[in-house]
Formats: sequence, structure tokens, C-alpha cells
Amino acid sequence: MNRTNSIKGELLNLKDKIEQIAKDQGLDFDPVVFEVCDYETINILAAQGGFPSRYPHWRFGMEYEQISKNYAYGLQKIYEMVVNTNPVYAYLLSSNDLVDQKIVMSHVFGHADFFKNNLWFSKTNRKMMDVMANNATKIRRYMGQYGIDKVENFIDRVISIDNLIDINLLLTDFHQKHKLEDEENEEPKDNSKHKAEYLQSYLRSEKKQKEKAQGIEKEGQSKDKEPKIKKFPEQPQRDIMLFLLENAPLEEWQADIIGILREESYYFLPQMMTKIMNEGWASYWHTTLMTEKMIEAGELVDFCDRNAGVLQMGRQQINPYKIGIELFKDIEDRWNKGRFGKEYQECDGLKEKGNWDLKLGEGRGKIFEVRKLHNDVTFIDEFLTKEFCQRAKLFTYKYNPRHGRFEIDSKDFEAIRQKLLAQLTNFGQPLIEIEDGNYGNRSELLLAHHHFGIDLDTKYAADTMNAIYGIWKRPVNLRTKYDDKEVIFCFNGKELLPLK
Amino acid sequence: MDHPIKRDHSRFKKIIRGKIRENLKQYVSGREIIIDKGDGKFRLPMPQIDIPRFKFGEKSQGGLGQGDGKVGEPIDEKEKAGQGNKSAGQGEGQKELEVELTEMELAQILGEELELPRIEPKGKKNLKSKTNRYTSIRTVGPDSLKHFKRTYKNALKRQIVGQDYDPDNPLIIPVRDDYRYRSAKQKIEYENAAVVIYMMDVSGSMGDEQKEIVRTESFWINLWLNSQYKDVEVRYIIHDATAKEVTEETFFHTKESGGTLISSAYQLCQKVIEADYGPQEWNIYPFHFSDGDNWSSEDTKVCLDILKDSLLPLTNMFCYGQVESRYGSGQFYKDLKEKFGIRHDKITLSKIKNKDAIMDSIKDFLKKGH
Repeated sequence: MNRTNSIKGELLNLKDKIEQIAKDQGLDFDPVVFEVCDYETINILAAQGGFPSRYPHWRFGMEYEQISKNYAYGLQKIYEMVVNTNPVYAYLLSSNDLVDQKIVMSHVFGHADFFKNNLWFSKTNRKMMDVMANNATKIRRYMGQYGIDKVENFIDRVISIDNLIDINLLLTDFHQKHKLEDEENEEPKDNSKHKAEYLQSYLRSEKKQKEKAQGIEKEGQSKDKEPKIKKFPEQPQRDIMLFLLENAPLEEWQADIIGILREESYYFLPQMMTKIMNEGWASYWHTTLMTEKMIEAGELVDFCDRNAGVLQMGRQQINPYKIGIELFKDIEDRWNKGRFGKEYQECDGLKEKGNWDLKLGEGRGKIFEVRKLHNDVTFIDEFLTKEFCQRAKLFTYKYNPRHGRFEIDSKDFEAIRQKLLAQLTNFGQPLIEIEDGNYGNRSELLLAHHHFGIDLDTKYAADTMNAIYGIWKRPVNLRTKYDDKEVIFCFNGKELLPLK
Repeated sequence: MDHPIKRDHSRFKKIIRGKIRENLKQYVSGREIIIDKGDGKFRLPMPQIDIPRFKFGEKSQGGLGQGDGKVGEPIDEKEKAGQGNKSAGQGEGQKELEVELTEMELAQILGEELELPRIEPKGKKNLKSKTNRYTSIRTVGPDSLKHFKRTYKNALKRQIVGQDYDPDNPLIIPVRDDYRYRSAKQKIEYENAAVVIYMMDVSGSMGDEQKEIVRTESFWINLWLNSQYKDVEVRYIIHDATAKEVTEETFFHTKESGGTLISSAYQLCQKVIEADYGPQEWNIYPFHFSDGDNWSSEDTKVCLDILKDSLLPLTNMFCYGQVESRYGSGQFYKDLKEKFGIRHDKITLSKIKNKDAIMDSIKDFLKKGH
């Protein structure tokens, strides 16, 4: 069934116009395909992460219910949706008026440029539409074969660990591991060469399992000869999905499902790491394109209204659109005026500093460079300034148990910066590694949480460890800090117990 | 065809229904408020079901915000004021789901969880109701009601008669005249009728908490009886030293005080039944809630006589629920127990200690199935 239609007529003309202007401004993107659809369809797509075809799972149904309700109650409306593929797919809501469509299109070209040029996206598989659809078919087949409940329950467990992956694999390790793989492999290089690393490792595990099945006896002998216990894994490993894929006692279909979900996780990872930048960049460009070129006099009020909505300040949560665009603008301004570097930093005169303008005009160039090289963490780390924090009225808040409410805690620059960085580090997820796959020589797992000042939610941790237990089939231990004390929690298959 | 997400959606709903069953006690005890939407649907609040992942604890985390305000000011007064200590938190996490269930679905969950038997109605079926049954056939109708078998049979007949039919290549093509459609016939059905008569002691010793228990319990009883009978009438009687029939509104909100003569209520109940509900035709369920205090043992005697001689022969079942209160002696329960025994076929006694006991009490009342 065709739920989306390609644009034509006025919208198509608009698209061509905006595309040309965007290119003239220096944006560089893969072809963008705009499709129009109704709200029902956009709700479905949003529930499925932008993709028309996903594997069956109740969580998409839950997302769908939430989004539909929010829409029905008028709480939230999805304006734009853009999918990082080649070509880039973007969806327009048919009921939006022309100003909205203009804004959305301009915004989308910003995203498309970011997808193509940002370093963290450089290894992303751009054929994800097909991959997701194939994954869906595979999992449907497993459901037919092994039963819907069984497969869905297993997927439940795997989703619980889909944030336990390694951001470094997106970049550097990619190549190194890749090389190792090639040296180990004497087989002719097939088309797996341009498959991403995380796929490779899955293929490798498949091979390993086969070998294991064939050579169990052999292994037994060699173990006798070398009684030395090797640490396993040799180095702490952040990609816990991969570790379980390679080492847990899994049936083939289960390994395949972990592989599939891992692949999808890595696909979404760069977007999670660049939320502020990506939205900021797109917002920067929709504002720039609209105000400089596209807007007509009659649309100004509507434009401002929509823009104000998108760029609202949030008291409980910073709005990535808002912080992102403001920071990009700030960087542009600073590099236009030369407000950076040692000399500017050391300037004491308040007035002098306020009027500092070297007329460098390097702003545009600088923000293009920033959008290429940074992710949210380095972006904030490098470009958030004290002046900016004051102007943007940023503050940190915390829970005050005495009053039973959240209160503004500090407006200090360093506090804000630290808080923001803490929130963004490791794409906002706790940093957890596999430290030992044979903990206490009982083939238990030992996970280590790198504590940066924020405790884990123990209830969630218990449930997650339960899920891992379901995959690993042996007790799961977690070393973390709780109330400033180091503890090891053990999940023994029934409950979470503190060991030390 | 529906989008596959509809299937995800219905699986999600199934999971939710399971959660409601699991937490039924929270709803039955009135801890989680069920909102009657008035259109036969109920809205149940329930915590967001979440996929467990390692995540940061919310309270210790705090967060970042943007806007005016001095250090120490709450970040969102409006929301906090109403919601007590529900955390605002960062990002997701605070979402609450609201689930909508029809009366039937809710009753079904209650029935399954409490293992309630279906009620065996007595009496003649005398309540007329009309239903549409698709039992006949027409030559016109909407495509959705097309009767394929008949249609193709007709086409086959026509083709055989017209010698268009080739058994070696049995190709049957219906034309306009062959089409047949299901059509509805109205049927009059007779249903069992039921009436529930609630009696409540509103004397001084029955506090707000006790009334809340009665209210909650009667909600669930109504729900169950509604699912068992097509039409259920409900009458309300309150009593202290005298009894009167009142509206639902008054029943739950009035605050009388004074002495207690339970017999007054039973007499009125008897009158109501005799006036409006012939026991041959109606299934009659009187429920009496009190804290067990009666004015005198003489009056209690009167009550027991009314029950034995007049009320019990008329009713399917007489239910007495004793709500524990600080001032009540609970004597009436003992008296009833002494007189009729605890296993009497037509009397069900139940003690409701607190909100948590509502569920067991409902089960006590309804498990007999008549």
C-alpha cells in the first residue's frame, strides 16, 4: 500500500528552489527525496524510527500509541522527519501549510549536509532502508519457525543491552580491526570488505561457532597442554552486544538477532552522539535560508511563530535545537570577529573585550569545519563559553529532598559545562564494560560501570542484568559505585544482591 | 490491509492487559483511580512500561535547564504543586500511560483474576431486546456483506443452464445478477433482568474512609453484574435510625449522623422489591454495608426476622459487607453468622478490613454465581 506520495507541482518547485539555494550556500548533500503523507503515516514512521519496515515488536506499537495520543490531544506534532540514507528520505505532513513545508525542507537540507559530512557518520550504511526491511523479513521468518513469543521475548532481552556498544568502533578501531581481520583471513576477500566492522565480527562469530562445533575435542586437548588461565576478554570490552554475540551460549537464530539489533544500534548511534549539533546545524540553515532567501512578506509572522515553537527554552531539559543553533551562531560570530585565541582570552578590559572585532570574517568557514569534525561532547567542550552560558540563561538543577522538588542549583559556567558533558558522554548512556567473562572462574560475567558521579538506577540495573542473565545463562555481576561506595551487585537469576 | 504496526500495537495492548491483571489489586483497592469516561469506557492510569536498560538514577542526576530564575528556585512550580513528589527528571521516564478499556474488558479481567463464575440467572426472561442477526440473504447490499459461496453457486447454476460451463476448465465468473448479500433480520430476544439494591449505614460511626470502601466495592460489583445481565437496575438506600431511598449522588456523598436502626433499611428494601420487582421476573441482589453497630439487640432481632421471612425468599442472594471502623463494634456480623451460619446459600457475609480487603470481599460476594 502506498502511504506516501512523492511531491509534485508547487512543492516540487519549492524543493528545487531551496535545493539550489542550499547548494549556493555551500551545503553538500546526497540527493534528497521528499514524500508527502498524512499524520497517521508520519506517526507510524516516527514510531519505527523513520523506516517504513521494521521487525515486529510491541515496542513499536507502544511508540505508536504514544505518538498518536500526543497528536490527538494536540500535545505534540511531528513536523519533520528525515532518514539518513542515500538518497535521504524526508517526509512532509500533507496538512502543513506552505510556510511549514518551506521550513521543513530547508531544515532537511541542513540534516542531509550533516549526514554526509560529519565524521561520525562516515561509516554509516546508507542502504539502511533495505537492511531494515531485510532484517524485518528475517525476524519474521524466525517467528514463524520458533514461535512469536519465544522470538519476541528474546528480542526484549537484546533491546535491554542495545545501548551497550562502543562509540569508538564508529571511527578508529574500525580500520585497525579491519586490518587484523584481513591478516588473519587467508581466504579470498569477498564483498565483505565493505561491510562494516560490526557485521564482520558477526560473520566471524558464525565461523567460530562452526569451528567450535567441529573441534571441541581438539580444544579439550590443547587446554590440558596450556593450563595457564588467559584473561577473557583480554581487554575490557565496551561492545557488550558483540561480546555476548561471540561468547554466549546461543542458538544460531539468537546470534543472528543480536547481530541484527547490534547493526541497527550502530546505525542510530551517530545520531545520538550529535543530537545538539545535528539539530542546531539544521536549524541554523532553515533560519538562514528562510530569512535570507525564501520567505515572503506575508509569511513572516507564521515563520516566527513556528520558529519560536521549535526553539523554545526548556526549564527541565535543554532544547537541542535551541542550544545547537545558538552555539553555531556564537561560533560564527566569534570567528567573524576574531574573538578567540590567547590574545582575546587574556584581554582584561571589559569594554575592549566587548568591542573586540578583528573583522576576520572566518565565521562561515569555521562552522562548516566544526560540523565536519565534532560530536556533541567535543562541540560543547570546545565551544561553550562563559559568556554564552550567561546569554543563554543556562542553569543546572538538582533534586532537593528537603522540599521534595527540583531546584535551580547553579549558574556557574564550570558546573554547567561539567553537567552538560556528563550528560552527553558516551551518548548519554552509562559507560559499562565487560571486564571478565569468567568471573571467579565460574563463567560468570563481571561488568564494570565507570562511575562519573551519577549512580545507576538500581531497579533498571536489576532488570537489565536479568535480561543479560537470560542471554548469558550464568550469574551477572556489576561493579559500580552506590552512595560513594564501591559495590559489586550480583544477579543470580532471581534477584539482585550486593556482594561487597 | 492494515499497516503491520497495528499488530505491534495489539501485542502492546495485550501486554498492558496482562499488567492490569497483575496490578488489579491497586485498581480494585482504589489506589489507582479509574476514570469513568461515561461512554462505556474506562480510563486506567498505569506506569509506563519501559524497556530496562542501564540508566542513570534520576534524582541523583538532576539536569540542565534554560530560563530565568535564581539559585534555589524550583524549576517548575506549576507541575510540582499538583503532583507531589513525582519526579520531573530529565528526558523521558515520567511518562504515564493511560489505558482505555471497555466495561466488558474490565469486567472480564476482574472475572478472570478473581475466578468468578458466570452467574446463573433465575426467573423468566422478560426483558425484551432487539438484535440484528445476519441470517438471511438479499440481492443487494454492500460489498462487505457479500456472500461468496451463494454468489458463486448462483453463477455456477447460471453457467450450467446457459451451457457456459466447462467441467475441464471450471471457470466461474459471477455477473451482477448472481451476487448475493447477507442481510440482517431483527430478532427479539428475552433477557434476564436484575436489580441491585445498595443499603448503607450512614450513622455517625461510618467515616469517609468507610464510605470510600463502599463506593469502590459497589463500582466493581456493578461492573461485574453489568457484564452478566443485559440490563441492571440499581437502587440506593441509606439509613441511620430511619431509612430513605436516595440518588446515587446522595448515596455516596451524604453525611448523616445519629443512631442506627438497620431494620428500617430492610423494611424499605422489602417495600421497594415488593413494589417494583417481582421475584419471578427479577434477579434481586440486596447489598448492605455497615460497620456492624445496631441500636439494640431487639432491632437486630427484627432484622433477622425480616431477612429470614421476607427478604431471603425474594432475592438471589443477600450480601452483607461489614466495613471495619474505629467506632463500630462489629456485632451485627456475629449476629448474622450466629443465625444463618457462614455457609448459608443465600446470605454472603464479608468483612472488609481496609481498602486492600476489597478484592477478597468482592470475591466473597460473587463467587457463588447466583
